[in-house]
Amino acid sequence: MRTTGEPSLQVLAALPGATIQDGGRFGHQRHGVTPAGPMDWAAFQTANLALGNKPGAAALEIGAGIELACLNAPLPLAFCGGAYEWRRDGHSLPSSARLVLQPGETLSCRPGPQASREFWGAWTYCAVAGGFATPPVMGSRATHTRSHLGGIDGRMLQKGDQLPAASNDAAILAVTREEGEIDATWLTPHRSPAPINLRVIPGPQDDYFSREMIERFYAGPFRLTPVMDRMAYRLEGPKIVHAKGYNIVSDGIAEGAIQIAGDQQPLVLMADHQPTGGYPKIAHVIRADLGHLAQARPGASLRFTSVTLTEAREALFALEAAILTTPRSIRPFYRPPTTESLSRVNLVDGVIDALS
Amino acid sequence: MNILLPNPRYLLVGESALCVEFGDRIDPALHDRVLGLDHALALAPIPGILETVPTYRSLLIHFDPHCLTTEDLIAAIERREATALPATEKKSWRIPVCYEQPYAEDLSEVAELTGLSPETIITLHVQAIYRVYMYGFAPGFTFLGGLPEALAISRRQAPRAPAPAGSLTIAGGQALITSMAMPTGWYVLGRTPVRVFDLRRPNIFLTDIGDEIRFERIDAATFARLDARAASGDPLVTPL
Repeated sequence: MRTTGEPSLQVLAALPGATIQDGGRFGHQRHGVTPAGPMDWAAFQTANLALGNKPGAAALEIGAGIELACLNAPLPLAFCGGAYEWRRDGHSLPSSARLVLQPGETLSCRPGPQASREFWGAWTYCAVAGGFATPPVMGSRATHTRSHLGGIDGRMLQKGDQLPAASNDAAILAVTREEGEIDATWLTPHRSPAPINLRVIPGPQDDYFSREMIERFYAGPFRLTPVMDRMAYRLEGPKIVHAKGYNIVSDGIAEGAIQIAGDQQPLVLMADHQPTGGYPKIAHVIRADLGHLAQARPGASLRFTSVTLTEAREALFALEAAILTTPRSIRPFYRPPTTESLSRVNLVDGVIDALS
Repeated sequence: MNILLPNPRYLLVGESALCVEFGDRIDPALHDRVLGLDHALALAPIPGILETVPTYRSLLIHFDPHCLTTEDLIAAIERREATALPATEKKSWRIPVCYEQPYAEDLSEVAELTGLSPETIITLHVQAIYRVYMYGFAPGFTFLGGLPEALAISRRQAPRAPAPAGSLTIAGGQALITSMAMPTGWYVLGRTPVRVFDLRRPNIFLTDIGDEIRFERIDAATFARLDARAASGDPLVTPL
């Protein structure tokens, strides 16, 4: 039991899919260790930067819904990501915001109407000032449920879990900051009926497919099936037939790999991908677009466009530069002025002068 | 450069990784080249490389695209390939295995599939000399080459119930030491008390890729004794 007065969040209720994630458990893929980390790294980093945290600090990833209560001390936190509806003590909040939760207050979220109407917004993130202080495993707090590593006992969060926040300078600084909506234009939801366009780099096994099949792959479109989780997203669409069979001797795998197995349909390997595997990979989704793909919900239409390495790098650097503007992109909530706040900003003298 | 060896192929894996492919087969000579490059990169790191993943036939290099471009990485590797490859240090291990029930759950099934007696299967499995080719599937799952041809059976059509950690399994001409209970399409021949993955040890993973492994047959009483020691953190084995 915790006996200190450090702030923490208590899980009052959790639907499946809520885990602690940090930047990822890297450095052990050669020994079979999956990096894990956030599904939408751009939204994850935005939530952290809104509090002055390091971009990879441990935060909460939510895939269906959660209800939390603040314990012990005021806790600055920030949330953003998919199309979720957030409430503090039952009162509606914007879908991206920074605020200070007071002890005893509750915070809850669930997917908004956009999730089913526009097939968008699968994941949302909640960061706390200083990050969560769950025990690191092999240098990371990221949860990988299949190998039971990280987070809370290597599993999804459940009712009763207590998530301690690390108290540090970032927390103290953030307490003094104003509450507001995070205006993260780089996380703009996909609202058009047109397919979500995902930029990819061809390879490494694009030579396992004929030119005709490659053209068919880029023509698409594909639909995201309900078979989607942190490990992989299964798509359905035109059949992509292999020219040289589909069993290859295992090689390494990176996030965003588009694998075509015996069913001739794309399977995109996501944050919980295994480090090695044995099916041909026709292309890789570029890092800048991994979050767009991650936020797709079953039924979403997707299309792939081939880009060069230079275009992929430029897209990544541009997105990262936008994310760095997070601290300047917070619009304070409107709150009716009180006598105390008015005297603090020294408007009173001016008012009296004007009246006299 | 040895003219008998074809140049590796450089295959694009997004903007943050590169696959250096030496071939498309399971072959110790190919694997040596994978390990040679891996070792060369460990001895003289190229700034920007985050981690490398050796497999049977290729080396996947994960890198930071802020520090390194794919084009520059290929050029740097080609300079290295042109120099002599340093020898890697390979360790040799003797791993105790119990082939008695209840640890050899699928032995009779393998006997039916191969037409060999259970005793012949055990002898073939225990006498072979294995090489650690790669890890995969889950932390510490150790993929071994060197399984005798007579034991090369296909994977199951559908996975069986999870086999416990330490299971010695075979399928697809390969052998495997498991590190955690997971459903598997492979066949369980025995179990080792050795933990190939133990977070409490400084060396969390027992073996390195390229190491040699031989098995040593133990009875159920010895297994129980060693298993109790392993449970309290004893690695049980040291490399020869």
